[in-house]
Amino acid sequence: MAKITYVDNDGTERVVEATNGESVMEAAVKNGIPGIDADCGGACACATCHVYVDKAFMDKVGEQQEMEKSMLDFAENVQENSRLSCQITVSDALDGLKVTTPESQH
Amino acid sequence: MDLTGATRIVIIGGGQAGAQALQSLRQGGYEGKLTLVADEAALPYQRPPLSKAYMKGEFSEERLYFRPEAWYQDQKIEVILSTHAAKIDRTAQTVELPHGGKIDYDALIIATGSRPRVLPTKGADLDGVHDLRDLSDVERIRPNMISGRKMVIIGAGYIGLEAAAVARQMGLEVTVLEMASRVLARVTSPVMSEFFETEHRAQGVTILTGARLDHIDGADGKVTAAVLADGTRIDADIVLVGIGILPNEELAKDTGIGCNNGILVDRDARTSDPRVFAAGDCASRPLVHFGRSGRLESVHNAIEQGKLAAAAILGKPRPAEDCPWFWSDQYDLKLQIAGLSQDYDEIVVRGDPKDRKFAAFYLRNGTLIAVDAVNSPPEFLASKKLIMSGAKLAPAVLGDTSVSMKDIAAAVPAA
Repeated sequence: MAKITYVDNDGTERVVEATNGESVMEAAVKNGIPGIDADCGGACACATCHVYVDKAFMDKVGEQQEMEKSMLDFAENVQENSRLSCQITVSDALDGLKVTTPESQH
Repeated sequence: MDLTGATRIVIIGGGQAGAQALQSLRQGGYEGKLTLVADEAALPYQRPPLSKAYMKGEFSEERLYFRPEAWYQDQKIEVILSTHAAKIDRTAQTVELPHGGKIDYDALIIATGSRPRVLPTKGADLDGVHDLRDLSDVERIRPNMISGRKMVIIGAGYIGLEAAAVARQMGLEVTVLEMASRVLARVTSPVMSEFFETEHRAQGVTILTGARLDHIDGADGKVTAAVLADGTRIDADIVLVGIGILPNEELAKDTGIGCNNGILVDRDARTSDPRVFAAGDCASRPLVHFGRSGRLESVHNAIEQGKLAAAAILGKPRPAEDCPWFWSDQYDLKLQIAGLSQDYDEIVVRGDPKDRKFAAFYLRNGTLIAVDAVNSPPEFLASKKLIMSGAKLAPAVLGDTSVSMKDIAAAVPAA
């Protein structure tokens, strides 16, 4: 289990209890977090679950695979801490994780 | 018609489009009565994994659900499962249920989806012959997904080939029968067909093209073999039928709503009755980037039309209509498709299929209309933008891998 905080582009914070093994995207969608559409359901096919990861957690969220890298290359407003949330798997190590959704997804 | 005063909205169908409409209505601030009537027993769930990861048994049924049960309670959505809407009475504005119940509506969204074409041959009703459409189909198929079992797949479309990949990875002996002269003949170009055929053969799948199925053979009511017109007999423990789908438009047609291979809708997903909308596989919609109408069978289409219908009912601005897109996972190949390739007059291949990373661009009169991108997200994502821009593109540039897709896209002004 991990408590994950999702921050809107306008600063609103929503905290979710995420289950180990699911993705940060799934935890968001199941809890109705706005700004994470995840049209493809987590197949890394659509880039609509883009988030900015709290810099303190960048080394805990795992490495980007080639597929995700090139999808992000074409997403809007990409930053150094950009990730596709469908490619981050929840574990105890992510307790306290904070992610922010980009304005373009709202 | 202004429906912003609606206090009773009913959605028929719990697939991707119906689920999206529920969410968009509540997110859009609708607080009135909201009812979902769905004929399956499960809460609305994602269909794409059924022929991919879920078929492999990689995760639980609950993980397929768009939302947990609690969400529907929180959102005050009345969910009526395992129930087929029997009739729409447009004069009374009611949806009639099979056992006499009636639900009143101010606005109605028909999201009834589609159903598999039935195999028109003898033996189609034998035990062990399955469609691959619903969760319940996968539950019936699963017990036979055991190494060494023999699976015959009828139809080499995306569903059939995805299932073939999963079954091979689980160690089944797989034969795919295709009536046309190549796999994926209805949906893509010969270059892509050849690539996927080669790939499946290399993985050990037997593919028979130009195969005319005569009938399915059985013993004691259970399937034993598929028999071709030339007498060839292929032993089978299980047969999967994937020969296309038909829109579930009858409910609309029976009440006099315009249909023509799909329920006819405008850009707002509105049917010929201003209180009635249709979304997803069952609807035939304007394809604004292609100057024609048609029915799309895809997640993107279902989501988009669910949003369009909700926005129209709530009187909100029409959401953007994206370039149609699709995907398919087979083995470690991710095929991403943007646009609609029918009627192309030129094809440009970027990269080498032998590298299992390449793209086929489809042009008409020098304009990009579609791409099939294998393990190539940049080609896919750039093409979505290029297709919507309608710009003329030089085939030589598209095919030149020394020019990045970013640079190609940047040279074209946005639509």
